[in-house]
Amino acid sequence: MFFIQLRDLFKSYGSVRALNGLNLQVPKGSLYGLLGPNGAGKSTALRIICTLLAPDSGSVEVGGSNALLEEKETRRRLGYVAQDVAIDKILTGRELLQLQGDLYHLDKKHKKKRIEELILRLDMHDWIDRRCGSFSGGMKRRLDLASGLLHEPELLILDEPTVGLDIESRSVIWGLLKELRNNETTILLSSHYLEEVDELADEMAIIDQGKVIASGKPDNLKKELGGDRVTLRVREFSDEVEAESVRKLIKNINGVSNVVVNQKQGYSLNFLVQSNDVISNLSGHLSKENFEVFALSHSRPSLDDVYLQATGKTLMDAELELAGKRDFKLENKKSMR
Amino acid sequence: MITTNPSLDQEKQSRNDLNEMLQEIFALTWRLFIQLIRRPSTLFAGILQPLIWLLLFAALFSNAPIDFLPGGSSYGEFLGAGLIVFTAFSGALNAGLPLMFDREFGFLNRLLVAPLSSRSSIVISSVIYITSISLLQSFAIMATSALLGYGWPSMGGLLLIVITLLLLVFAITGLSLGLAFVLPGHIELIAIIFIANLPVLFASTALAPISFMPEWLGWIASINPLTFAIEPIRMAYHNSVDLNAVLINAPYGEVNGYSCLATLLILTVGLFFLIRPLLNRKLA
Repeated sequence: MFFIQLRDLFKSYGSVRALNGLNLQVPKGSLYGLLGPNGAGKSTALRIICTLLAPDSGSVEVGGSNALLEEKETRRRLGYVAQDVAIDKILTGRELLQLQGDLYHLDKKHKKKRIEELILRLDMHDWIDRRCGSFSGGMKRRLDLASGLLHEPELLILDEPTVGLDIESRSVIWGLLKELRNNETTILLSSHYLEEVDELADEMAIIDQGKVIASGKPDNLKKELGGDRVTLRVREFSDEVEAESVRKLIKNINGVSNVVVNQKQGYSLNFLVQSNDVISNLSGHLSKENFEVFALSHSRPSLDDVYLQATGKTLMDAELELAGKRDFKLENKKSMR
Repeated sequence: MITTNPSLDQEKQSRNDLNEMLQEIFALTWRLFIQLIRRPSTLFAGILQPLIWLLLFAALFSNAPIDFLPGGSSYGEFLGAGLIVFTAFSGALNAGLPLMFDREFGFLNRLLVAPLSSRSSIVISSVIYITSISLLQSFAIMATSALLGYGWPSMGGLLLIVITLLLLVFAITGLSLGLAFVLPGHIELIAIIFIANLPVLFASTALAPISFMPEWLGWIASINPLTFAIEPIRMAYHNSVDLNAVLINAPYGEVNGYSCLATLLILTVGLFFLIRPLLNRKLA
C-alpha cells in the first residue's frame, strides 16, 4: 500500500521546468529517499506534497486523499521540515514549539507532554529555553524536526535534513528517523548525500531534471548494476575520440558491461566487471591496441554508480552543472507566497 | 441503537472550528507581542517621534498670529489631534513589515503548512496586534499632550477618538498587509512607507488648516483620509461632540462629522474588498 502517489507532475518556474512528469510511489511505513543534485526538482516535489505549491498539472495523493483538493486534511497528517530552517529568532525554542502546538490545535496538556518528550528525545534540554537566534545550525535543525513531529504525523517530510550539520546533530537525527521508521511513520527524505540515503532509506528514487530515472531498494539498485565498478584512465587527460575508441574496445571484452565515458572526469571510463579476472586481463587487451593503463580504480558499486549509470555523470558533476544554470532569485521569488 | 442529530453534529463542528481558530489567533498574536516585549524599540520610536514633533512644532509656531488657527486655539492644541492620527497612521502603515519578514524568511510557509482552521487567522492576528499598538501609542501621545496642558477629551470625545482611530487603523493596516503580499521584499515596502508617510501628513490638516494652504494643496488635504480622521478628533478635543457640525471647509463644500466617519468607513470597507481577493489568492 502506498502512502504517497504522485502521477505525471509538471511544474515550471517561468521558463525553467522544475518537474517534468514526475511519478513517485512511497510505501506506507517506509523511509523513502529522494536522491538527486540540488536543482533536480526534489524540493519542488516535496513542497507540492506539503500543499505549499500547486503543480501545473498532475495528481497528488497522500494517505488515500487527493492532496490538491483536501489540503487541510493533508496538512493535518504530515509534518514538514524544510531545507531552510524557518524559525523566529526572538522566540525561545520552547515558545516556538508551543506556537507550533497551537497551530496544530493540540490541547494544553497534550502539547506540554509532547514538548517534554521531544526535548528529551532530541537532547534539547540544555538550550531549549534560549532564544532561537543564538542557536547553531544543528540546534535549529533539531528544533525544526521537533516542530515537525509535535503533532505525531503519519507522514514526515524532510528536505535535506542534515545539510551542513555537525556529526553529533546528524547522528541524533539519523537515530530518530530510524526509530520513527520502526514505529511505522512514513518518512520521505530528500538528500544529495549518497551515504545518507544509503544508510537510511528502505527504498529510494533518483531524480534528475524533474523526473525519476531509477527507483527501488538501494541494495537492489546497486546489485542491478551487475558487478564491481571500475574507473579507468588511459592517459591523464584523454580526449573524446580516444575515450570513444577505448569504450568500443572495452565493451567487447567478456565480463564487462555498462561502459560509460565520464566527460567531466577527463574522459575517464566507468564500467562494471563480473570478476577480478577481467581486471587482470584488461591491460593485455588495451596494449594490443596501443593503449596503456594510466590509472585504474576498482570498488563495490555505490549509489553514485547507479546515478552515473543512469545519467552518464556523477552526482557531484551534476550538482556543479546545475549550480551554474539555476536562477536562485527567481526560485526564491516563486517560493515566497 | 445510537442515532446522531446532523444539526447538532454540525453545531458541534462549527463550535470546534471556532475554538481552533481562536487558539490560532491567540497564539499568533501572542507571538507578535513577545517580539514587541523583547524588541520594544519600534514601540518607543513610534511614541517618541510624534512627541518630539509636538514639542518642536508647538514651539516653532508658538508666536503665530492668534487668527491663524480656527477657534483661536494654541498651536499645541491644534497639533495634538494631527499627531495622534499621524501616530496611528504610521503604526498601521508598518503593519505589513512583520508579515513581509515572515514571507522572506520562510516562517509564513511554516504557518501555511499547518492545518489552520482559517488562514485568515494570520491576517486577523496582525490586525489585532497593530490596532493595539497604534491605540497604545496614540494614548501615550494624548497623555503627554494633556501633561503639556493641551487638554483631555470628554468621555464622548474619547469614544469618538477611539472609533475614528479604529476606522483609520483598519483601513491602513489592510492596505499595508496587501502591500506585504504584493511587493517582492521588505526594502520595497519600507521605501513605500518612507515615501507615503510624511507627504501624506503634510498634505493633511495635521499641521495647518485648509484656509492656510494654497488652493491645490487645500484640494489634496480635503480628500486626504488623514484629514477625515484629524478633524473629528480635533472636535473631540475642543468642542462638545456634535457630528452634525461642519468640520472641514473643503474647496468642494462643507463636510460634517458624520461624513468624515462615513468616508473612513467606506475607505475601510473598500480597501477590505480590494485586498480580499489578493489575500485569498496568496493564502489559498
